[in-house]
Amino acid sequence: MGRRGAVGSNVLRKDGAGKVNGRALYLDDLSFPGMLHARTIRSTIPAGTITRVTPRVATREFIVVDHRDIPGRNVVALIDDDQPCLAEKRIRHVAEPILVLAHEDRETLLGATVDIEYRQTTPNYDPLRSDVTFKQIAIDKGHVADGFARADLIVDGEYRTRHQEQLYIEPNGVIAVPDGHGGVIVYGSLQCPYYVHRALKVLLGLPDERVRVIQTETGGGFGGKEEYPSMIAGHAALAAIKSGRPVKLVYDRVEDMLATTKRHPSIVRHRTGVTKDGRLTAIEIDATFDGGAYATLSAVVLSRGLIHASGPYRCDHVKIRGRATMTNTPPNGAFRGFGAPQTQFAAEVHMDRIADALGIDPVRLRELNAFRPGDITATGQTLGKDCSALTVLREAVKRTDFRKRRKALKGTGRGIGLALFFHGSGFTGSGEVKLASRATLQLTERGARILVGSTEIGQGTRTMLAQIVADTLGVSYDAVDVNDADTGVVPDSGPTVASRTCLIVGRLLQRAAAEMRERLGDLSPSQYLKKHGPLVVTTQYEKPEKVSWDDTTYRGDAYESYGWGCDVAEVQIDPVTSQAIPVAFTTVHEIGRAIHPGLARGQIEGGSAQGIGWALLEEVVIRDGRMVNSSLTNYIIPTTLDTPPIEVQIVDNPYPQGPFGAKGVGEMPIDGPAPAIINAIRHAGVDIREIPASPERIQACASR
Amino acid sequence: MPVTIRHRALLSPRSLKDALRLRHEEPDAMPLAGCTDIYVALNFGTLPARGFLNLWTLDALRGIDVLDGVVRIGALTTYTALIQSPIVARHLPMLVAASREVGGPQIQHRGTIGGNVANASPAGDTLPVLAVAQAVVELHSVRGLRLVPFTDFYTGYRTSAAAPDELIVALHVPTPQGRQWFRKVGTRAAQAISKIVIAGVGGRQPRIAFGSVAPTVVRLPQTERVLASGGTILEAQQQMQSEISPIDDVRSTAAYRRQVAANLLDEFWRATGPGSARAARGR
Amino acid sequence: MRFTLNGKRTRVDVHPLARLLDVLREELHLTGTKEGCGEGECGACTVLIDGHPVNACLVPAAHAEGAEVTTIEGLRAHPLQHAFVEHGGAQCGICTPGMILAAVALGPKPSRKAMQAGLAGNLCRCTGYSAIYRSIEKARPARKRKRR
Repeated sequence: MGRRGAVGSNVLRKDGAGKVNGRALYLDDLSFPGMLHARTIRSTIPAGTITRVTPRVATREFIVVDHRDIPGRNVVALIDDDQPCLAEKRIRHVAEPILVLAHEDRETLLGATVDIEYRQTTPNYDPLRSDVTFKQIAIDKGHVADGFARADLIVDGEYRTRHQEQLYIEPNGVIAVPDGHGGVIVYGSLQCPYYVHRALKVLLGLPDERVRVIQTETGGGFGGKEEYPSMIAGHAALAAIKSGRPVKLVYDRVEDMLATTKRHPSIVRHRTGVTKDGRLTAIEIDATFDGGAYATLSAVVLSRGLIHASGPYRCDHVKIRGRATMTNTPPNGAFRGFGAPQTQFAAEVHMDRIADALGIDPVRLRELNAFRPGDITATGQTLGKDCSALTVLREAVKRTDFRKRRKALKGTGRGIGLALFFHGSGFTGSGEVKLASRATLQLTERGARILVGSTEIGQGTRTMLAQIVADTLGVSYDAVDVNDADTGVVPDSGPTVASRTCLIVGRLLQRAAAEMRERLGDLSPSQYLKKHGPLVVTTQYEKPEKVSWDDTTYRGDAYESYGWGCDVAEVQIDPVTSQAIPVAFTTVHEIGRAIHPGLARGQIEGGSAQGIGWALLEEVVIRDGRMVNSSLTNYIIPTTLDTPPIEVQIVDNPYPQGPFGAKGVGEMPIDGPAPAIINAIRHAGVDIREIPASPERIQACASR
Repeated sequence: MPVTIRHRALLSPRSLKDALRLRHEEPDAMPLAGCTDIYVALNFGTLPARGFLNLWTLDALRGIDVLDGVVRIGALTTYTALIQSPIVARHLPMLVAASREVGGPQIQHRGTIGGNVANASPAGDTLPVLAVAQAVVELHSVRGLRLVPFTDFYTGYRTSAAAPDELIVALHVPTPQGRQWFRKVGTRAAQAISKIVIAGVGGRQPRIAFGSVAPTVVRLPQTERVLASGGTILEAQQQMQSEISPIDDVRSTAAYRRQVAANLLDEFWRATGPGSARAARGR
Repeated sequence: MRFTLNGKRTRVDVHPLARLLDVLREELHLTGTKEGCGEGECGACTVLIDGHPVNACLVPAAHAEGAEVTTIEGLRAHPLQHAFVEHGGAQCGICTPGMILAAVALGPKPSRKAMQAGLAGNLCRCTGYSAIYRSIEKARPARKRKRR
């Protein structure tokens, strides 16, 4: 029955051929007969109320949609349901959707204008002075007062990070098609078809079966297509229902940058007690995340951020407080790492400052305090053998000859720095229990077909899941197909986020394939189908026995497992321009076991590059609540020449409960680069505590 | 593209003469060559022009030759052509350096030096080079030919001395005596717009020009004089600050630009001044 | 407008100022050329004109008149295509057609430095570029390729 051993080998990716020959169809490549094009009319003020809206269009020709056309509830349903799909009166940010216009001719559509009058109110842009808090969270372990009492030294610090744009190269877009029965079929570039499905049901007041969401080939997401597509799909669906025709709504780059979600800016304060010999006695952290105008996913971003805030370090006394607050800027949302990059940036830069203050080697400080199996985290989780903090640290130090290099570079204008980090796989706390994800496997003549809501957004979902199924079922990789992520056909496997697809959905499919294999017995798939007819196996998430979490006290097993990573960056500071140029980058990752080493490496390299961009180049310039550099000319992401060679080492430590030993990989690579680079810049002589470490900021710090 | 083109027109002359006639008849039609600036502006909806004059097909405006040490560069010469030209490499290495810094290969294949001059951005990468090389702009119109020194060409932010009916046909660039120096400090290592850009010619009578520090590219005659008369670099840096007027924008800050301009001046002078290693070796 | 598209003489009636990108995608239904920004920064719309990479979003139809235009659909089992699948050069795939065409223009066996300079006009957000270099370095003519 086929050959074995797809897992662990670099099989050809399922979606590869179409992507290299130009035949893969992305959203904007699709067209439907009679299709209209749509455009979103947005507010231009950061705060106030709408007093009058006057479309300057020939109303017979145009479809004009406003909030009164919403048959269900005017919200983008997610967690708090506070964000309207189309503003009625109140305006909270400069890109709030007010109207949707649609017309069959795009040129005519572009020429349309709408006059909007407002009464402006005073906006707030400072997350520390906001009077709206979306969420606050407290995590306590021990008593920090006791910890500080035992400290020989207390080190304080404040660290700031700013917005980051996901900058998938394919902008957002959807097409909504009326289904002929009052419902709608939505095609879209998106990560989470069932998020869109639910949001549309609420918005349109429709039952499950009248909304169908089909993911098209998606040109990158990075979190940016997690929740925002629900908004766009709502707009297109409203226009489709009103017109009775298919409606395409594709953002151009400027609108995509201006209006859609970004990484939450953060302000994180640390106060740490430490003994003379470098043992952490108390960690106190206060974090504020700028949520932007609406709650979106801020509560859960904050949650992941705070759980990772004290870094991969043991300490008996930990107190963490954090909040996500409202400002009059477009809502921030999901972005690879989901709060953890912000807090671990602070933690790791702070660690180097502690090492400096003690006069000890930063590696030694981390070795002393890094989590070992059996250690207890800030939420009270006892770590198992899947804890590899020390392993990755030592491997990275060895591979880069870190200590020797650090001495050699002293005073040369170059610096070397490292960062140790971890990242929980799957939804936080009881999230996976609540999701109760399902996955389906259908027997085919040759093998099996995977039906999951998990999406391929470049990371390799289709390939990796097919490998797991192939080896478990005992068929060849080629004999496993993957169905489109189409809510009309596939079950809800949960969103494609949170480094959960491999661990959670992969495990569901592994169970399904194991069950299918048992049912097959000695029969081949085609023999089975002939004899018994169709065979479909669906599995549902089961909480691993030992995992427990309490949402009210924030105690317990925050994640069933963590990945571990250590980055080492070498940076050259140009004395003329104050530019920090990353010249070498090494990363060591423990992700259990890589199902597809090539794809895993791709995630690690790409995430590292995105982290390097966040650390040095990427700055969202906001004036009066509006992003003023909303173009690729002025929002700067790394090109080939800005990206150093990235050395990747994947360390195996199979996680027994993971499929074939695997854990998550997608997000963790972006946790480490920023602190590693900032620590390298510090080593080169510039004490900077805010990113991006632009030449302007480095120069200002250096001349202080 | 978020902007409509339907009501816009393209005039396509077959010869330079034809082009000059059209330029005369329809001075509002915007000359268009490699389109690497114009189509970006069109895309952003910041270009009101309704008519365009297509120069791209006028091969007479291409080509590079040299006569008596003066390099004549046709306005339609692309950055790729400049990079690949042995003449430019020999006489104007700083122009090769500047051309390499423009956009990526896709832009270098289409963008033209005439377009860079006509676009009149203070950040134009080749403009400081033309300023220190004391280039001359060759303008044509139905009224005839006119030569304007490059340093007199810009009259203010994105305005020039070219009359509405004139076309930039070529640039005459004398080979400078003295070591050529160019450096662009961009927003990133490639595909970047400059935060500050400098071109210089070293030696006893140094010439220095900066981009992105004033409404137009600027020569620094007083700073040059300080250096030529044996002043210290500190004196020159001080003088320089009165000759530039950088601003805060989305790409950088005035403070950063002032500091980096001073650092670049120092770097330039160390590399090319009488005290430089090259000078010490008697070259 | 008349030009040679992927080796075939083609005629299409379009506004002379129409972007080549739109002509290819909307008039000729060759959607392999992607739009990432419309401002000549990302390189996703890279096509070859007379063998040179250009951004199709910045080329008016009038400027492709008489030219030889190659899009991703014009490559027939080019070694780079398989190499991008095999060695991770393609992830989300949206930059891939433009990236491959820019790589084609580099010629065979470019140095790492030549790749960095030659691909500086093509943004990729997925790979960090490393896998793209590996794909180009490992591209081999079809016959010598080992099937997996």
